[in-house]
Amino acid sequence: MKILVSAKRVSDPNARLHVAADGRWVEGDVEYILNPFCENAIEGALQLAEAHEGTETVVVGIGDEDTARFLRQGALARGIDRALLVNADEAAIDSDLIARIYAAVVAKEEPDIVLLGKQAVDCDSNQVAQLLAEYLGWPQATFASKIEVVGSEVRVTREVDGGLEVLGLTLPCVISADLRLNEPRYASLTGIMKAKKKPLDELELDDLGLGAATPKVRVVAMSTPPGRVAGVMVKDVDELILKLRTEARAI
Amino acid sequence: MGKILVVIEHDHGQPKKVALATVSFARQVAARRGDSIEFAVLGSGCAGVAEALTGYGATAVHVADNAALAHPVAAVWAKVVSDLAKAIGATAVAAAATSLGKDGLPRVAVRLAAGMASDVVALVDTKAGIAFRRPMWAGNLLGDVVIDTPVQVISVRASAFDVAAPTGGASPVQAFAASVDAGRAAARFVSFEGTASSRPDLNEATIVVSGGRGLKPERGGFKVIEPLADVLGAAIGASRAAVDDGYAPNDYQIGQTGKVVAPQLYLAIAISGAVQHLAGMKNSKVIVAINTRDDEPIFKVADYGLQGDAFVVVPELVQKLKALRS
Repeated sequence: MKILVSAKRVSDPNARLHVAADGRWVEGDVEYILNPFCENAIEGALQLAEAHEGTETVVVGIGDEDTARFLRQGALARGIDRALLVNADEAAIDSDLIARIYAAVVAKEEPDIVLLGKQAVDCDSNQVAQLLAEYLGWPQATFASKIEVVGSEVRVTREVDGGLEVLGLTLPCVISADLRLNEPRYASLTGIMKAKKKPLDELELDDLGLGAATPKVRVVAMSTPPGRVAGVMVKDVDELILKLRTEARAI
Repeated sequence: MGKILVVIEHDHGQPKKVALATVSFARQVAARRGDSIEFAVLGSGCAGVAEALTGYGATAVHVADNAALAHPVAAVWAKVVSDLAKAIGATAVAAAATSLGKDGLPRVAVRLAAGMASDVVALVDTKAGIAFRRPMWAGNLLGDVVIDTPVQVISVRASAFDVAAPTGGASPVQAFAASVDAGRAAARFVSFEGTASSRPDLNEATIVVSGGRGLKPERGGFKVIEPLADVLGAAIGASRAAVDDGYAPNDYQIGQTGKVVAPQLYLAIAISGAVQHLAGMKNSKVIVAINTRDDEPIFKVADYGLQGDAFVVVPELVQKLKALRS
């Protein structure tokens, strides 16, 4: 079996972000982290590989040498076998173009399972796995909290509104990882040492036939939402009830 | 003069509130562009839903009634929606950003060669036409997205729009013969295990009582907030930390990666207020926070804060609310 995962770097959502006067986002001195859902996908691939001997795991990332750093430290050091870096300006691509890039990588690599994070916590779009599945014409299971191979079928438990849904997918398929799929492991010291020697191949958009591809959506302006003003502290339950009844008229 | 196709999510023979909020979104777009609105209802035995929708100003209500659509997998759902959109010449397709909409709409976008904006909360007029405003970075920033394709696909954050009221008149109901190509799907529905609850749905509730990691199971856990939810007729939610630790089921989770709610009243009980939780509730009308520590970030967004032990304060609150009601 062959599993393809991805690694996207995101600016730390806990960092303070600033918007310039022209409405374009300015990064400032933002720290980058590996998207938490990508960590779940990487861990999911490693667990499947451990359970099924002879499984190869490959990670793909889009960006520049800083993305390469995350491919090595976040994926190869944890145990993924090899990496692919697609050189592109992350700021100039949208979810749709990411999915088309991944689809071209899938055509080259021919994985049985593509396991992605359900969303990147910077743009929060929650689209790429679904877009990719449709571009490939493959079945999908999004928001996975459990993945098991049962015979020729991949059985995926999904976290959906109102409860848990189980789908059975035939291979090849696309799965997106939710947070409770697993607890991502830390890279071991030997893993970090090994990662330095693992293959990391670079691809250009031209190699994938996407040199002239353009995004379908553009962010034309950014702004900061109006903040909420902190209210008052009440001294006890009686005052809380009084305020909720007479001031807020909420109960 | 375009045509907006709104996919209506439904339950128990009625359109869900999130679907009617999506109708409000579509009306705002239609008013700016002079578009018409049509509805799509997918399901098995869903004729009643279509009847319930005839007074909402749509020029047509299309019903795809097929046993295969009772629990549709994304590939099948997307094929039916996109086939219908092509058949009627839709220029926009919208649905609520629920787990169903999030799962299926991107596939619709690919099939229509359309760009997609997720989780839209407002419209903004720009020189390039309507931009769709959406939260990013856990809601710390808002991005205005322009979709450059002839057809546009939008998932709508229902809590940001009012539930649409009927406008009178009648919409013709039309059957849509959905082609459900099972081979193409290669995915099958196996089972659904619902979270049993007699309380309102989190997405639909006007009051939400939410618990955090402070509700330790050894002291009684989420049981302490159940009577409060009952006396208020509220839905129960949870922070991610509480769900991760197994104190509450997954579909209770409110936050950046869970549900986003904006009820009239939100009570955050023993929740610290991490950025990703605030992303899911900070647009609630009135927020109450109860926490043992008065320096938690939740108090920065709360209208009313009460420092105290939830296991003492909540039972007292329940008792006094009950006394008021009787």
